[in-house]
Amino acid sequence: MQKIMVCIKRVVDYNVRVRVKPDGSGVMLDGVKMSVNPFDEIALEEALRIKERVGNVEVLAVSIGVGDTQQQLRTALAMGADRAILVQTDAAVEPLTAAQTFLAVAKKENPDLIFLGKQAIDDDANQTGQMLAALWERPQATYASKVEINGGKVQVTREVDAGLETIEVDLPAVITVDLRLNEPRYVKLPDIMKAKKKTLDVTSLDALGIAAGQLIKTVKTDPPPQRQKGVMVKDVTELFDVLRKKGLI
Amino acid sequence: MHKVLIVGEHDGKTLNPATAKCVTCAKAIADAEITIALLGADTAAVAAQAAALAGVKSVVRVDRAENVHALAATFAPQIAALAADYSHVFGPSTSFGKDLMPRTAALLGVPQISDLMAVEGAYRFRRPIYAGNAIVTVEADPSRKLVATVRVASFEAAGTGGSGSIDSKTLTVALPSHTRYIGARTGSTDRPDLQTAARVVSGGRALGSAENFKILFSFADKIGAAVGASRAAVDAGYAPNEMQVGQTGKIISPEMYIAIGISGAIQHLTGIKDARTIVAINKDGEAPIFEVADVGLVGDLFQIVPELEKMV
Repeated sequence: MQKIMVCIKRVVDYNVRVRVKPDGSGVMLDGVKMSVNPFDEIALEEALRIKERVGNVEVLAVSIGVGDTQQQLRTALAMGADRAILVQTDAAVEPLTAAQTFLAVAKKENPDLIFLGKQAIDDDANQTGQMLAALWERPQATYASKVEINGGKVQVTREVDAGLETIEVDLPAVITVDLRLNEPRYVKLPDIMKAKKKTLDVTSLDALGIAAGQLIKTVKTDPPPQRQKGVMVKDVTELFDVLRKKGLI
Repeated sequence: MHKVLIVGEHDGKTLNPATAKCVTCAKAIADAEITIALLGADTAAVAAQAAALAGVKSVVRVDRAENVHALAATFAPQIAALAADYSHVFGPSTSFGKDLMPRTAALLGVPQISDLMAVEGAYRFRRPIYAGNAIVTVEADPSRKLVATVRVASFEAAGTGGSGSIDSKTLTVALPSHTRYIGARTGSTDRPDLQTAARVVSGGRALGSAENFKILFSFADKIGAAVGASRAAVDAGYAPNEMQVGQTGKIISPEMYIAIGISGAIQHLTGIKDARTIVAINKDGEAPIFEVADVGLVGDLFQIVPELEKMV
């Protein structure tokens, strides 16, 4: 194990209540706090823990996005990543394009392992890791809740609908992480200072030979339908009667 | 005409109800001709179930020893090979489909639309973003094959009474050996499956302990319900993660959802808003769960739930 690559996305902070623009052209993003996608933070934390256990491993954080994405990569460096690369673009990047871009970086960097969050909390697509693994022609282990490295193999416990499933994959591999894998560390002030001195390279889609196309067009954005407020009952007897009348009990 | 291939989910014995929901989604496309693909070691039993779904024209079986476990690395190249004859390839938004479909899409060199919740045209759909806080209408390019996952909570299961044809196919696709199935640990199977149950009883942090969840299990068994839990209850260790309902757990659409001692955080409501009837029992009358509940009762769950159980 020599190098771990972690893919990071800049997204609206998870505490922000996202609202739809009145004209249906999208959601309101002006002045909204942006953060590292929470699942990607867990991905980075896992890479750092492996580095701390194994030693002598380089952790590389990679992101695709607008120039300000440097802020999120600095956060990753402050958490403990050794180096960062930003593929800078103002274009909207679909999961397939993101996977092609990460593949281009992976081909230059040759990581043993690539970690990503299972999904980004903005588009909720849940695609990039699987697509990257397919294009790289390498194994994928999605929704990881436990990662055990054993020589050239990794055992991954996955959170699936029925419970937990364990698979073994050969390295190099792509792992996407779920919520229960770990709890990411807090960044301390001295680490933020140290992070300023770490290398953050900026490149472009062009330089990597990637064409950013919009293959799926978003036509409009609507607020979700609201549920009607229901009735309050005063005691268990009344609750039972209401449910029985509805034929539910 | 649009030829839709649906990747069936099954355990070798039973077709997962998510597949029948994908069929309903596909039927909403005008002129859809629907085929279900089944990969497994022996899919004879599930093929009969799939062929009986109303609206299914044919079932393609790909039986092969390597298909005994549903590994995306093994399944994706086979689905990609089958996809040659189809305009649309759908899978369910379950952990099976979410793992498999993007890998398939990438092998085909096409994008994917995740979590279809409504069909507006053969290439125009609605899907949720930002944990359901916004709904986007999206259009795909008709000149490309379309891969999508279907948000199963948004569709009713297709009925039976169909009589689709069943064919077996041998694919000469090289399968990778880099991914191996080791094992699985699943919860109790005596109760209805949380994802597909008609009734769900769910508990939150107010339950106070794993021990106290027994009150819910007892009540759920009396009314034939599955048992769920909020993320707060799972994080507190009162319930295992496979019981979690919400944005980071399961998104469900039962006939009745009874939220007990659940305050109703946004991320929990995301998982239940397709429930037909939401019942809330909580000691805090100001809890946000009452904003979405069809029937609400303010009070002590430790008295209410056993009393309600006695009445049933």
